[in-house]
Amino acid sequence: MKLEVLPAVTLASMIAARELTSREATEYFLSRIRRLDTNVGAFISVDEEAALRRADEVDARLVAGEFSNSPLAGVPIAIKDILCMTGSATTCASRMLEDFRPPYTATAVQKLLDAGMVPLGKTNLDEFAMGGSTESSALRRTCNPWDPERTPGGSSGGAAAALSAGLTPLAIGTDTGGSVRQPAAFCGTLGLKPTYGRVSRYGLIAFASSLDQVGPLAHHVQDLAACLNLIAGHDRLDSTSLDVPVPDYASELAQPLAGLRVGLIREQIDNDSIDAAIRDATLRCQQTLSGLGAELIDVHLPHTQYSVPTYYLIAPSEASGNLERYDGVHYGKRSYGDAGSPSPLEAMIARSRSEGFGPEVKRRIMLGTFALSAGYYDAYYKKALQVRRLIANDYQQAFTQVDVLLGPVTPTPAFKLGEKSGDPVQMYLEDLFTVGANLAGIPGLSVPAGCNAQGLPLAVQFQAPALAEAKLLNVAHQLQQAEFFKPALAPSFAH
Amino acid sequence: MSEKPYKIVIGLEVHVQLATTTKLFCGCSTEFGAPPNTQVCPVCLGLPGALPVMNSRAVELAIRTGLALDCKIADVTKWDRKNYFYPDLPKGYQISQFDQPICGEGHLDFPNPDSPSEKLRVRLIRAHLEEDAGKSMHDEAAAKADSRIDLNRTGTPLLEIVSYPDINSPAAAKAYLTELRLLLTYMGVSDCNMQEGSLRADANVNLHLEQNGQTIATPIVEVKNLNSFRAVERALVYESQRQYDQWLKTQQTINDAPKQTRGWDDAAGVTVPQREKEDSADYRYFPDPDLIPLHVTTDQLDQQRQQMGELPAALREQLENVHGLKPYDADVIVSQGRGVVEFFQAVVAAGASAKRVSSWIQQDVLRTLNERGWTMAEFPLNPQQLSGLLQSIDASQIDNSRGRDVFQYWIDHPTMDLDQVKSALGIESIDQSAMEALCQELLAEHPKIVAQVLEGNQKGLGSLIGAAKAKNPNADHKLVRELCLQLIQKGL
Repeated sequence: MKLEVLPAVTLASMIAARELTSREATEYFLSRIRRLDTNVGAFISVDEEAALRRADEVDARLVAGEFSNSPLAGVPIAIKDILCMTGSATTCASRMLEDFRPPYTATAVQKLLDAGMVPLGKTNLDEFAMGGSTESSALRRTCNPWDPERTPGGSSGGAAAALSAGLTPLAIGTDTGGSVRQPAAFCGTLGLKPTYGRVSRYGLIAFASSLDQVGPLAHHVQDLAACLNLIAGHDRLDSTSLDVPVPDYASELAQPLAGLRVGLIREQIDNDSIDAAIRDATLRCQQTLSGLGAELIDVHLPHTQYSVPTYYLIAPSEASGNLERYDGVHYGKRSYGDAGSPSPLEAMIARSRSEGFGPEVKRRIMLGTFALSAGYYDAYYKKALQVRRLIANDYQQAFTQVDVLLGPVTPTPAFKLGEKSGDPVQMYLEDLFTVGANLAGIPGLSVPAGCNAQGLPLAVQFQAPALAEAKLLNVAHQLQQAEFFKPALAPSFAH
Repeated sequence: MSEKPYKIVIGLEVHVQLATTTKLFCGCSTEFGAPPNTQVCPVCLGLPGALPVMNSRAVELAIRTGLALDCKIADVTKWDRKNYFYPDLPKGYQISQFDQPICGEGHLDFPNPDSPSEKLRVRLIRAHLEEDAGKSMHDEAAAKADSRIDLNRTGTPLLEIVSYPDINSPAAAKAYLTELRLLLTYMGVSDCNMQEGSLRADANVNLHLEQNGQTIATPIVEVKNLNSFRAVERALVYESQRQYDQWLKTQQTINDAPKQTRGWDDAAGVTVPQREKEDSADYRYFPDPDLIPLHVTTDQLDQQRQQMGELPAALREQLENVHGLKPYDADVIVSQGRGVVEFFQAVVAAGASAKRVSSWIQQDVLRTLNERGWTMAEFPLNPQQLSGLLQSIDASQIDNSRGRDVFQYWIDHPTMDLDQVKSALGIESIDQSAMEALCQELLAEHPKIVAQVLEGNQKGLGSLIGAAKAKNPNADHKLVRELCLQLIQKGL
């Protein structure tokens, strides 16, 4: 049986019914990783022994009657290598943390473990999640399974690639400016960035604390819903996590869309930079929604044109502080300065950071340090906070008229490896349609929308008011039912 | 105060460790003295991905302190990151408060050390909550310079209380700190133990001189490493004289030199320049996105007001106005802490005269506590017992010196009552006729003294009292003196 095409929840019910053991499912995906990941490079580390041990434990506990309320018990999952997990290195794809083994587990990962899920390994990412192509990873190059010459997107490129190559039934990523949604779009999977605070950030190695959020990637909407149900909720270890009850996301999937008000973000759909195939995909989506009884309404988000510059001041500013802890003193990479340097301590810190961080991380630390410096703070960081508020107000205004917003995820389908890595500004402009949700703290969902003429995946994005994830999942599920998209592996991995 | 050709201007920054059992952002213990790096967790180690969670107890203690210092408590307060690299700062930034401190302007009044019945006032700029750093120990003597870091202290809650430069003498600086410490310990906000670093003070000092009708300010110096109140006073005396000498030599004013940092060398009794950072520090403060701003509610304020208890200034006033003590005496008692004040109040309430209770507490009780190493709570006599003894003295049933004998015996036999102690010591009252007989006997034995008294010289009466005590230790010395005088004047 081809397990990689089954919904994770189906896999879980087969395991629960003992038609299949968690060990068998885990072995199945481990063997695919062993066979196929050399061509993809999705994983930074795979601990087969730990995964199988874990699967055996879950099997035993399932037999003992545990996990009866868990919709994903026994199912393997891939974890982005920026979420701490005891027993494995958590590298952030950086030389700085290449050997860092955290003594604790991230809350989101712990919740998956508590629900009986089986981590297969840690997936590749842009170094410290800074990038949109996974090319800034210092440890691994990841290809897009749909076209090995193209990027899987980033920063959760390893997660999306693993999923679309059928190396895992489900993956966990993180999204600071589109890092779940954009790779999902490039790899033809679903990717959800929840509301800021919906999922605990404890144990998520910080890039930009006010924007980071953990989110699932999957092929099937019900899997996203089930996974979000597991990881969402208040955590006393994260003051910014929201103390709001978690709804049963699965139960709202079947809601008909009749009367749903869908806002078409004119600034994005009519944007000159967007690829014709993506615009067509958006139009097709409008038609499907219309057929399902939804009402389509034009809306404007006038300040979103400033979202990229705003994001590229706030995120690097926070990053410059968050990454100050990597000084070679307590953990991580340490390099000593030259003998006889006037301050051996400063030399050690400087060299550890020079050698430990890659160029994109350094660029962002420099940007953030500059933006926060005395004399520049008001003109850059403070101004960016003010614009952030205006962007959030735009969304708030739009959501008085509509229930969800429809637009593109990216201007283009997956670009070629190396195509933009020499031009940071081009790379940053990739984030045009995704950073808004992070700046406003609202949820966003990337939904597959077929392929272009070259067979590359296309996608559309839905955004909803804070905490309205159920609505996003409902819309996506209805689109899946209406066959607007069909869950699909990358063709060369489908057999 | 001796007249100096300059006025000293001092502002103090005081770091107080708040008396929480756990750290500011995690559940690690704040207990002092544990082996290095044993009171740490991912949060205070600053491990990647760990997040701070505010200790509500620390916030409460900060609010309580602010209220006691008449500070304006912020409606909304937030936390900021102060970025700098240092090995004992594991996150690379300190979580502090930049532009919205929890406590705004306030003031502290305290007895003027030069004139205890007057008060001095120092205005406060702000008081904010922040986390402490760890400790670095540099072994610079060893050939291979070795540094060790202990992160037990990292994340301990501190309240930094910053004063205006309203202090104009080293003695006043010490008095300000003394009052601040008293206030904080009264409220249970901090143990203010300077040896353990629970209270640390830095002083900003310069001089104002009059020249050609204009006031000239000398460059400001921040004096660090002040490890005791005595050190604060000595350092400021030294530093002000040093600045004056420097002024005479260089004529440098505040506009000619940047703020300098000097450390106090207690053994040598001098301040020495500390290494300056190459460039002026830019801490790149920005709001910590991991913590949410705090809205202080009226309920929280009311609750902390209730928790404050009576404060030293109010108690001094009570001792002076209600009990009629002199400011000096009231200050001595209040300075001993809440336990001693409450003991005083209870002994007075049980019937003894306030002045006698004040004098006995200041001398006998405090000396005993000191000698035996007891706290007030460990003192064996209850207020009723001490009051009973002092009332007998008030009523001249026992004289002061026999009273001390009773006191000494009683503290070792606290289960006895006063009569039992008296009889154990053979103390009984002698009736009037027996006393007269005793005095007549004395006068007969000392004709010289009688003659002197008749000539108007009463000096010898003292030795009569001694002799009377030798015959009968229960003889009341006042009574002996009175009776002898009467008998001599009556011509025996």
